[in-house]
Formats: sequence, structure tokens, C-alpha cells
Amino acid sequence: MTAEAWQIVFFTIKASALSTLLILPLGIAVAWLLARRDWPGKAFVETAVMLPLFVPPVATGLLLLMLFGRKGPIGSALNGLGLEIVFTWRAVVIACAVMSFPLLVRTAQTAFQEVNRRFEDIARTLGASEWRVFATISLPLAARGVVAGAVLAFARAMGEFGATAVVAGMIPRKTMTISLSIYQHIQLGQDAAAWPLLLVSMAIVFVTVLCGQIISTRKRP
Amino acid sequence: MKLRLDQVRLPLGAFTLEIDATFDRLITGVFGPSGAGKTSLLDLIAGLRRPSAGKGQMDDTILFDAGVALHLPPRFRRIGYVPQDLALFPHLNVRANLLYGYRRQFVENHSFTFPHVIDVMEISTLLERSVTSLSGGEQQRVGFARAILSAPRLLLLDEPMSSLDSRLKTRLIPFLHRIRDEFRIPFLYVTHDAGELGALCDEVLVLERGHLVERGPPGKVLSL
Repeated sequence: MTAEAWQIVFFTIKASALSTLLILPLGIAVAWLLARRDWPGKAFVETAVMLPLFVPPVATGLLLLMLFGRKGPIGSALNGLGLEIVFTWRAVVIACAVMSFPLLVRTAQTAFQEVNRRFEDIARTLGASEWRVFATISLPLAARGVVAGAVLAFARAMGEFGATAVVAGMIPRKTMTISLSIYQHIQLGQDAAAWPLLLVSMAIVFVTVLCGQIISTRKRP
Repeated sequence: MKLRLDQVRLPLGAFTLEIDATFDRLITGVFGPSGAGKTSLLDLIAGLRRPSAGKGQMDDTILFDAGVALHLPPRFRRIGYVPQDLALFPHLNVRANLLYGYRRQFVENHSFTFPHVIDVMEISTLLERSVTSLSGGEQQRVGFARAILSAPRLLLLDEPMSSLDSRLKTRLIPFLHRIRDEFRIPFLYVTHDAGELGALCDEVLVLERGHLVERGPPGKVLSL
């Protein structure tokens, strides 16, 4: 592989890892709220969280472009702080974050639901606050599901294309990811040049998802 | 200890749990067939369920008052609960389970301490073990000790012997006596097995389809 191809691979891994770390706190919080609490608007939020799975990624990209563009409601505020989003690496991270968020939330939500409520109840009778119940009972017992969700989110981010293309463009050495690069090679009729990227991305995602499977099916010691 | 449940109502699936009673004996047995609402009654006292009506008070602490939507969270009630499945935390070892609710300041006022409790419950050699590796009887004693160490003013025991065979049951009874004699913690003992109650309880209440239908000394109530 060329130096440029390696740069693209490492950039994609970094952007995917960063986007996964970025959504982890909020994803865990939303998953727990959906699994364990009743609140007004819950069904609405639950549906909204799932939308990126079903809306065409390009449309999600357009929406992000409107929100994070220089004149967009979020973009203009961030621009005031000197943070440029659209057509920078940050846009890649944000597109990946939004597109992989549903997978994290869905998996973590199921994991929290599978924790026996009795453990949480008894912890309360032993004097634990709600925060302590979450930190010492719910989260550790749901940990494997949460990790599995993070792994899925990372794998999804590695393959992100549509939203990224719209909101980050395909700028060599700046926003070019594996998917974007493969697409560009095909467009230019350089299929052979796309092969190494294809194999590397398949290998990375295969190992990632395999690790996720092992973590989520491993027996507790 | 005096626990007063005043016209308490909790709708369950097929019927409504309706309790109006005072519990003030050291050991009270609640006897009733499966599905009579025994566990729901304990959940209510522990604060894990909210009644639709009525008041609950333990000594001078108001536990709940549905009329004014008052509900003291379980963590402030100091009521220990040993559920039927024990709910030992599977990701923590025995020691971490025992220390989870350890209220040092209260325990030391009571003259019983961590070493004493584990000694009396005969679990001092199990501390570093995983709770899932324990035998049924050991798990039971860890469950009791964990609740005792949280310095409860009242202990709720839900079918503590239901998972044990008759040989292990006989071996557990002395530990229940020790909870009574060593620690002087009053407890409410729920079971569907009348045979367990006689030797242990000062008073027995009979619960059927959510209603207390009888109460009295075990000899009188259970011989019927």
C-alpha cells in the first residue's frame, strides 16, 4: 500500500474511535433512561434515536450540513469559538457519531433491560443512592452489552459513507476516509487501487466485530 | 420496633393487597399460600413498591403516606431485605457483597462489628470467594450477613429456606436464632411452609388473597 493509503486507513480508525468515545457517555445515559425510567416524550426520543438507521445517509448528511454549516444554528455558534466543522476532520467525526449512535443506544438499552431489577432494588435497601446503584450495579452488570454496542458503533463508523461525503467532502489528507477513497478510485476507473483499502477495511471490521462477539458471549468468571 | 400499616392498599393482578396491622413482636411470621401477596407486602415495607392508599410508619419514621404522596426512598428506611433469590451481586465477591451496605457508624453503636457478624454467620473463610461458587446454605448466610451489616431496624426475610433441601433447612434454623439472640434485630419472616414458623416466631399472621385472615401465637394459628 502507498503512504497515502496508510494515511487514509489511520485517519479512518482515529475518526471512528473518536466518534465512538464521543457518543459513549450520552449513549449510555440515553440507553439507561430508555431502559429504566418512564418520562414524557420517551417514545418520541426512542424513535428519534433510531432515525439515522433508516433515513438515507445522504439526507442525514444534508441535515448535518444545515446544522453545522457556518450559517447553521450550531455551526455559527461553534464558528464564533473558532471551530470550523464542515469540510474538516471534525465533520467526519460528527457524521460517524450520528450514524453509529443508534447501534450503541439500542445494544446498551437491551443490556440495561436484561439486568435483574432485584439487584438494583436490594442495593437501594442497602442504602445505595440512585447514582451508586447505576455506577456499581447497573453499569457493571450491563458492561458487556455496552462494550458490544461500542464495538458495533465503531465498526459502523469505519464504513460510514453517505453522511460523511456530504458534510465532510472528499478532501485528500483532510477528510478522506477508506469508504470515500474506494468510491473515488472506482469513479476514476482505478479499481485496482481500491483493492488494498478494501482488504484492510474488511480485516479491521472483521477483527472488531469478532472481538465484540467474543466479549458479548463470554461467560462471567 | 413498632411497624404500623394503616389501611394500606396495593392493587396486584387479580386482587388488592389490603393491610391494616401493627407489627411489634421481635419475630413475626407471615404465612400464606403462593400468590397471596406476601412478597408484595415486603416490597411495600421496604419501599420498592408504592401503595395506592394508606400510611406506613416505623417507630417515629413515616415510611409512606399515599394521601400526601410521601414516599421515603428505600435507602433511608434502614430496613434490611433478604429476597427469595437473595440477589447476591454476581460481579462482586463475598467481601464486596458484605461491605456494600455496611453502615459502620450504626453497626459499632450496636456492639456488633464486621468480624463479629461474619463469625456468627460462619462465613469468615468465604470472603474472597465469588458468590456464584458458594453452596446454597453459604449463599443464604452471606445474604443474611449482608443485610445485618447494613444495621437495619427491621429485617425482611422472604422464604429464606425455599431453595434448600430439608437437611440444609435444619442447619439454617440456628442461624435465624442467632440473628434474633445475638443481634436483636426484629424480623418479618414470610413463608408458605407452616412447619418453619412454629419454632421461631412470636406471632404468626395468615395472609390469603391480599388480606390478613388470622393472627396469633404460632401454636394456636398453625394447628388449625
